[in-house]
Amino acid sequence: MSNRVLIAVVVAVVALAAPWVVYPVFLMKALCFALFACAFNLLLGYAGLMSFGHAMFFGMAAYFYGHIVKIWGWPTEFGLVTAVLGAAALGLVTGALAIRRQGIYFAMITLAFAQMIYFLCVQMPFTGGEDGLQGIPRKPLFFGLIPTEDDYGLYYVVLAIFLFGYGAIYRFIHSPFGQVLKAIRDNEQRALSLGYEADRYKLLAFVLSAAVSGLAGATKAMVVHFATLTDVSAGTSGEVVLMALIGGLGTITGPVIGAFVVIAMQDYLAFVGQLVLVIQGFIFVVIVLAARRGIVGEFSAWWKARKRTG
Amino acid sequence: MGACNIFEVSSQLLFSQVLLGLINGAFYAMLSLGLAVIFGMLNVINFTHGAQYMMGAFAAWLMLTELDIPFWAALVLSPVVVGLFGILIERLLLKRIYHLDHLYGFLLTFGLALMIEGLFQWRWGSSGAPYPSPIPGGTNLGFMFLPTYRGFVVAAALVICLATWFAIERTRLGAYLRAATENPTLVRAFGINVPRLITLTYGLGVGLAAMAGVLAAPIQQVSALMGTNLVLVVFAVVVIGGMGSIMGSIVTGFGLGIVEGFTKVCYPPASNTVIFVVMALVLLIKPAGLFGQTK
Repeated sequence: MSNRVLIAVVVAVVALAAPWVVYPVFLMKALCFALFACAFNLLLGYAGLMSFGHAMFFGMAAYFYGHIVKIWGWPTEFGLVTAVLGAAALGLVTGALAIRRQGIYFAMITLAFAQMIYFLCVQMPFTGGEDGLQGIPRKPLFFGLIPTEDDYGLYYVVLAIFLFGYGAIYRFIHSPFGQVLKAIRDNEQRALSLGYEADRYKLLAFVLSAAVSGLAGATKAMVVHFATLTDVSAGTSGEVVLMALIGGLGTITGPVIGAFVVIAMQDYLAFVGQLVLVIQGFIFVVIVLAARRGIVGEFSAWWKARKRTG
Repeated sequence: MGACNIFEVSSQLLFSQVLLGLINGAFYAMLSLGLAVIFGMLNVINFTHGAQYMMGAFAAWLMLTELDIPFWAALVLSPVVVGLFGILIERLLLKRIYHLDHLYGFLLTFGLALMIEGLFQWRWGSSGAPYPSPIPGGTNLGFMFLPTYRGFVVAAALVICLATWFAIERTRLGAYLRAATENPTLVRAFGINVPRLITLTYGLGVGLAAMAGVLAAPIQQVSALMGTNLVLVVFAVVVIGGMGSIMGSIVTGFGLGIVEGFTKVCYPPASNTVIFVVMALVLLIKPAGLFGQTK
């Protein structure tokens, strides 16, 4: 137990002190993607549903947020809430259709819907087309009490949003609802025979995952001042899968680590240009063939094995 | 925007859009056919399909510009080369994951697609290179102008699809293949080399994608990303048709191409989303897909 407390204290100190050591915008971006990856992983790890189209929630929420805050001039809080609700609504519609098929078809269906949303975003005027929504202003929160112009100040806001989203997922997984979800994942027929309406549970998990992805997307738009087609593209959907895979599918801390690895790779390997995609592809192949449990999964397996022999 | 009345649209426009739709449909049919054959045998959704289609087009383009090999020779050579590359991938990588969940095959082939497309983009850039039409000119049919090459593509795709159907449904090798799809262990007990059959199937499916790529080269620009969006549309086609039947894939592919063509005449902005709308409708009404078995 004391070990756990120690780890918690270290994590808290690192999280609070990080912006004074590492470029804060990088950290904020990584936190947004970490939340996004956790939302994706909630669906895969605990409902057994692999969505390959999660960028539609992330990207659409970024557009919603940008439009509300920049064009309508509403406060940040309204922007975030509306973006989350919008992403949840989109999740309700696409999820209700996608859960009608299982397994690999589910992945293809979500991918196809995301592509449809992408094409719509290219055409619709409200997204700004190829240019995207540029220059979304950062406005102070809570009637001007919390400033967000400054990167250091905003970092703590983003950290709080991340913790809120992460906490929501944690609560969800450890609730009776989350237990039923796991039962459905492990044996859908048995859960059905026990009287649980599997589809309803899956759909709610899908909507929740979409909503948290939306929160991540809207927060990212707030941090970087823009929302573009990249956020809704299949590339982003693939990236979030990669993050969860690197960290460890179905682990609760894995996606956070995976997100930091992938974002760091993008930032620090920018000089290799197109080859970043090649490297990402290579990582996919290596992990699927050699380390399917990801960083966290492999590490805890190693730790357990060490304890047993030692 | 009222309902579309096809009698008000000039027949010239209507027929030329339907032809365009047929051509798109030809590619959907060839690609979804390959996906279905591969999935039946390997239990892997081949995400690399779009990249392999692109490789087919690139191989033909390189053969023409570097080695002066004409289109007609490339139409055979390119699928062989890309098919062999596919066999290499199957032997080195895919065979290691058959015992795992479908998800891992999807992820592995997605990673491969990223690598292949990234390398081509890095080497040749994103802008396309033109490929001269092997049969220039066309005929005026009275109601529309038909470019000869485009007519040829539709005919060639039909022949390729039907030949594949024949090979799988009506030949001895095809019978082995179908048997091995149903029950690999039993077929193996009869002394048939199932792993080799699997390798062959993947090579064949990849070759089909490459041949589609060669056919597409003179119509589209040859570029590293020409298969990226296409494969996503083909996934929707596969969901709509279901992967249970070969003929189903062919009919669905051509049918959706035509639907797309009509949409271009009636309401152009919806033309690149209409297939996804059809997918949503099919999921609502017949979730297993038009020709799918519930499995």
